[in-house]
Amino acid sequence: MELQDLYFLIEVIIGGLMAGVLYSLVALGFVLIFKASGVFNFAQGAMVLFAALPVVRLIEWGVPVWAAIAAAAAIMIGLAFVIERTVLRPLVNQEGIILFMATLGVTFLLEGLAQQIWGSEVYRLDIGIPTDPLFLGEILVNGFDISVAVAAGLLVAALIAFFQTTKVGRALRAVADDHQAAQSVGIPLNHIWIIVWSIAGLVALIAGIVWGSKLGVQFAMTFVALKALPVLILGGFTSIPGAIVGGLIVGAGEKLSEVYLGPIIGGGLENWFAYMLAMVVLLFRPQGLFGEKIIERV
Amino acid sequence: MLYREAGQFKASYAADQAIFPIAQDRVLMAILLVVAAVVVPLTATQYLYTAILIPSLILALAAIGLNILTGYCGQVSLGTGGFMAVGAYTAYNLFIRVPELNLLLVLLAAGAMAALVGVIFGIPSLRIKGFYLAVATLAAQFFLDWVFARVPWLYNYSPSGSVGVPDLYVFGFPVITPTQRYLFILAIVALMALVAKNLVRSSVGRAWMAIRDMDIAAEIIGIRPLQTKLSAFAVSSFYAGVSGALWAFLHLKSWEPAAFDINRSFSLLFMIIIGGLGSILGSFIGAAFILLVPIFLNQVPPALGIPLSTATISHLEFMIFGALIIFFLIVEPHGLARLWQIGKEKLRLWPFPH
Repeated sequence: MELQDLYFLIEVIIGGLMAGVLYSLVALGFVLIFKASGVFNFAQGAMVLFAALPVVRLIEWGVPVWAAIAAAAAIMIGLAFVIERTVLRPLVNQEGIILFMATLGVTFLLEGLAQQIWGSEVYRLDIGIPTDPLFLGEILVNGFDISVAVAAGLLVAALIAFFQTTKVGRALRAVADDHQAAQSVGIPLNHIWIIVWSIAGLVALIAGIVWGSKLGVQFAMTFVALKALPVLILGGFTSIPGAIVGGLIVGAGEKLSEVYLGPIIGGGLENWFAYMLAMVVLLFRPQGLFGEKIIERV
Repeated sequence: MLYREAGQFKASYAADQAIFPIAQDRVLMAILLVVAAVVVPLTATQYLYTAILIPSLILALAAIGLNILTGYCGQVSLGTGGFMAVGAYTAYNLFIRVPELNLLLVLLAAGAMAALVGVIFGIPSLRIKGFYLAVATLAAQFFLDWVFARVPWLYNYSPSGSVGVPDLYVFGFPVITPTQRYLFILAIVALMALVAKNLVRSSVGRAWMAIRDMDIAAEIIGIRPLQTKLSAFAVSSFYAGVSGALWAFLHLKSWEPAAFDINRSFSLLFMIIIGGLGSILGSFIGAAFILLVPIFLNQVPPALGIPLSTATISHLEFMIFGALIIFFLIVEPHGLARLWQIGKEKLRLWPFPH
């Protein structure tokens, strides 16, 4: 292989990994909620849109960036309250699949509501993340991607620290382990759910800002968010590191397949490569790469 | 007073196992069929046919298919649109490559091909379940979307990627005007609904439901998960395939892969949730309901003097569907079909409530 080809290969991989970071950010929200409440939150993608639209519109109307982000954060926390009250509480103790379908309903509700309130066009978001290209030796890297990767790393570190060291984090882990046991030692489940949905909302906000700055805030975000599903499957539903590694694998894999396989069997592989990869992994490891082993009893 | 089974004795096993054990139900069904087959063609307008009757019948067929898989066998699928596309494109390719083939055979082949593809994508269901399976069926949806958009042979090298069919004939009879199309579709849908109703009452259907309720327990009492799950995928995809072929040939007439994208899968899932999971009747009610809501939103507010923009209407549609899904899951998880059941129970006791 020529040196030039090698550089190109590395650039493709890096570009893929950066896209993977974005998938990971969305997948992280899924994992948080699934761990703490056993709910497969299909609405995470819609929450990304729901969080990003107020930010971009408020900035457009002349609100300072920090205030717009704070307002969006407040909206997401409010949303967590509303969802807990109107969806989770009436459906407590229902089967997981019913809750999954309920979040499908939430998805559509949020998508309609967000676009009705804030508008349904493509909005450009610029909050001043540096975008200058960088050269590492011969390899061209986008400065924006680096900032995003650093931000994502910080976010994950913060989340892990929160889960491992704080009292609330300990309560969240207890609930994730066993609802009933947690409740019987006095952990209020309803509060925990609100907290965890708020955190997922804030993660969605960050994902929305990052994504919006890269591709513009628009409805199509919710479709790209569907890509987070194969990421979850690869990483396992209950693993935070899994979400990150899964995202990186999917991101790099689909870019590589598009660049090297695409010309052979036709373009557009990106649309389904991740899903097929996930399906094949599922056939061999039903719990994903990092998930806990599923033990079933009658 | 009118609706009660008092005095109707079942004197044979056949009478005991009838689909409609109560005479009033049989009369009601007969009236419904007569209305659908005779009264409607005499009175319906073009608009009623093309906007409501034809699409809701075809989508009801796909909803029955999805209901068999999700409602009866408990395997959530987000890939129904993809299986409909398999049916549509199989039918299209047979139609242009073997033009002398009878339309009914084309439809059968469309269903069979979809069933085959469905079984292939159903294989993961043996190891994975629940949300994992839902994501795996998304793989089917996106992969099939891509195949029909990117493999030129399948759309006969049409430069725009959209394909169409000319006027159709069955045994020399034309299926061209809305009335003819409606009657043809009605016959197929009625027949297939009858088959489905009988399937779910048979040992096959009971095996599906046992797997749905608890697969490990079902396995222990001797139900084979492999055959049961794959048969559910096959039957479900067969229905989706036939419905996809009908949708393309008799409703759209010319179409592109986007007609069978992920939104189609979602709306079918909504139909069976709102209509009723595990109910053939519910599939019909759900399909009609999901089709009527947008029409209602388009017609009623302007008529009341509240003009809504198209964007607002589409957003409202989203919100109403979302809210309805949550509402039904909380208040009536068995959907509209259950309301009908409750109504019948009430009617049996009427006018004396005890």
